[in-house]
Amino acid sequence: MWDYSEKVKEHFYNPKNAGAVADANGVGDVGSISCGDALRLTLKVEPETEIILDAGFQTFGCGSAIASSSALTEMVKGKTLDEALQISNQDIADFLDGLPPEKMHCSVMGREALQAAVANYRGEEWSDDHEEGALVCKCFAIDDVMVRDTIKANNLSSVEEVTNYTKAGGGCSSCHEAIENILSEELAARGEVFTPAGSGKKKQAAKKSDLVEIEAPAPAAASGGMTLVQRIRKIEEVLEALRPALKADNGDVELVDVDGKVVYVNLVGACSGCQMAAMTLGGIQQKLIEALGEFIKVIPASERPAVA
Amino acid sequence: MNDIYMDNNATTMVDPAIVEAMLPFFTEQFGNPSSLHSFGNKVGFALKQARKQVQNLLGAEHDSEIIFTSCGSESDSTAILSALKAQPERREIITTVVEHPAVLNLCEYLETEGYTVHKLEVDSKGRLDLDAYAKLLSDNVAIVSVMWANNETGTIFPVEKMAEMADEAGVMFHTDAVQAVGKIPMNLQDTAIHMLSLSGHKLHAPKGVGVLYLKRGTRFRPLLRGGHQERGRRAGTENAASIVGLGLACEQAMKHMEYENTFVKALRDRLQEGILQQVPNAFATGDVDNRLPNTLNIAFEYIEGEAILLLMNKMGIAASSGSACTSGSLEPSHVMKAMGIPYTAAHGTVRFSLSRYNTMEEVERVIEAIPPIVAKLRKLSPYWGENGPVENPDQAFAPVYA
Repeated sequence: MWDYSEKVKEHFYNPKNAGAVADANGVGDVGSISCGDALRLTLKVEPETEIILDAGFQTFGCGSAIASSSALTEMVKGKTLDEALQISNQDIADFLDGLPPEKMHCSVMGREALQAAVANYRGEEWSDDHEEGALVCKCFAIDDVMVRDTIKANNLSSVEEVTNYTKAGGGCSSCHEAIENILSEELAARGEVFTPAGSGKKKQAAKKSDLVEIEAPAPAAASGGMTLVQRIRKIEEVLEALRPALKADNGDVELVDVDGKVVYVNLVGACSGCQMAAMTLGGIQQKLIEALGEFIKVIPASERPAVA
Repeated sequence: MNDIYMDNNATTMVDPAIVEAMLPFFTEQFGNPSSLHSFGNKVGFALKQARKQVQNLLGAEHDSEIIFTSCGSESDSTAILSALKAQPERREIITTVVEHPAVLNLCEYLETEGYTVHKLEVDSKGRLDLDAYAKLLSDNVAIVSVMWANNETGTIFPVEKMAEMADEAGVMFHTDAVQAVGKIPMNLQDTAIHMLSLSGHKLHAPKGVGVLYLKRGTRFRPLLRGGHQERGRRAGTENAASIVGLGLACEQAMKHMEYENTFVKALRDRLQEGILQQVPNAFATGDVDNRLPNTLNIAFEYIEGEAILLLMNKMGIAASSGSACTSGSLEPSHVMKAMGIPYTAAHGTVRFSLSRYNTMEEVERVIEAIPPIVAKLRKLSPYWGENGPVENPDQAFAPVYA
């Protein structure tokens, strides 16, 4: 069984706004091929203000698809169309206190239904712009299509590079066989042969593509050109932004050292020794990866090797 | 009210008498059966008895044809890889599209290693075409691996006949009988089946123990080499307690065989009739006239299986589904797909698998619980109108798929 939050269960067992809205003036029909789920969202929009007066859903799908649909209708009611369009799939997942990685696409389906319904209201054509594939990396919810597209766009040729660009494989590493298989196929398609990295110490010595640093991915500022000082400043900026949230829980974080891709931090105050410490570090790591556009590992300073 | 367990094709409760019989083998009978002293010796005798009990249930000619393994998957892998290793000049495998992943995923992997895998198709009731099968048998085939009964629908394949055909063509035959053993009678000594896999936890023995039946004289190459256990055919210290449990489970299955095929079958038939009488747009999948006595697979159109299971679970009823969502995979059940069950029905399949521990009272409770669950979900479904499917469901709701 899936590990659903209480909120997901609540919205599944007692869904809000089920059924089509009478006199709807915006309808969005979308489906997610990967779960066989499909959703029709109906909106009643006040033309003068563009405020969503009522929202209803009809869903053919699993527990989390129904819960995501229910959550979506609750979230958009009372908002203007433009406000509603700001809702991301992550917002839907957050509203439900999270979804299992395999089920994140249910929230994506919700966001797309919203876009489709708004486009329908405004008399626009809506076309879906993302494709979905089989889940490769469960830790970071990265799918096959994403991995392939990134390999193609950046000429990647090793598992390490795929991890740096997409995060896939950066967690438990069980998906490395799958990533290697994808690499073999993609490399064969461009007339190359995939050579796996060695194991143990030899792994680091394996030849790295020199494209890594140059063509960093678009979503964040490339770190390739940054000096160490610039990188540290950037890291401090990220930590500064997170500080208020930690302080709210009477905790704090301090930067101790940066060694290549490894960032050593100290969790202090209430954060120190907290059972959630590992999750907090994971969250910080996630933000740093996004800000620096490269794979970063955040490690408690207590595990830092002694300086010789 | 007690919860109702109808997911016995997934796994079964260990019979309390079996637990009882196993317990001494964790404490006073902890010896290694290979040891000479009396601590080990007694365990050795217990394993011998268990081997006999398994032999009896399978109708094997010799008890040395029974090799204890860790699970059904290990037995499947051992059988198929052994056939390839022993006959390196043969590079083809015949199997079916509806096998368990234990066989299918191994075969897919072997394809990447350069082997050719022929997967026999099934018709809308999940039946094989034996003429197509006959045409594939040749000197290039290392092994045929066909399940005795399907785990999702219970559909029984004519493996005895297929083994005959393979034997005549000089081809090895393996059957994954994980679902069939203990539910339908078998007498392997009268068949041409060379290898058979079974799993303990499907017949009220514990998880973590299985058997590979290996007909005497069949060429064999072990998967695990090492110690001399299982006559050098499967190294590793024996899982003594579980093997003892499996032995007793086989003896009990033998005793209950008739009960399974009369009373449990009657429960299953009543369940099917009771649900289908009340729920429109639902049908039983598979070869309903030729299936395991305990298995019922119903497709509920226009709703999704995981949602059904979650609501059933809330009512204290356990079953399983062929929907994509319950497995985390991309596709709905490969078995439903192979039978050509439409998308909107394949996602809504629910498998009820009974055991001798179920009662008619439980069956009636399930029959009562299912119709409101289906109605509740259909009310949410865009394919469903006031009292039935919307007209032309496929056109009335045609979402943009991502």
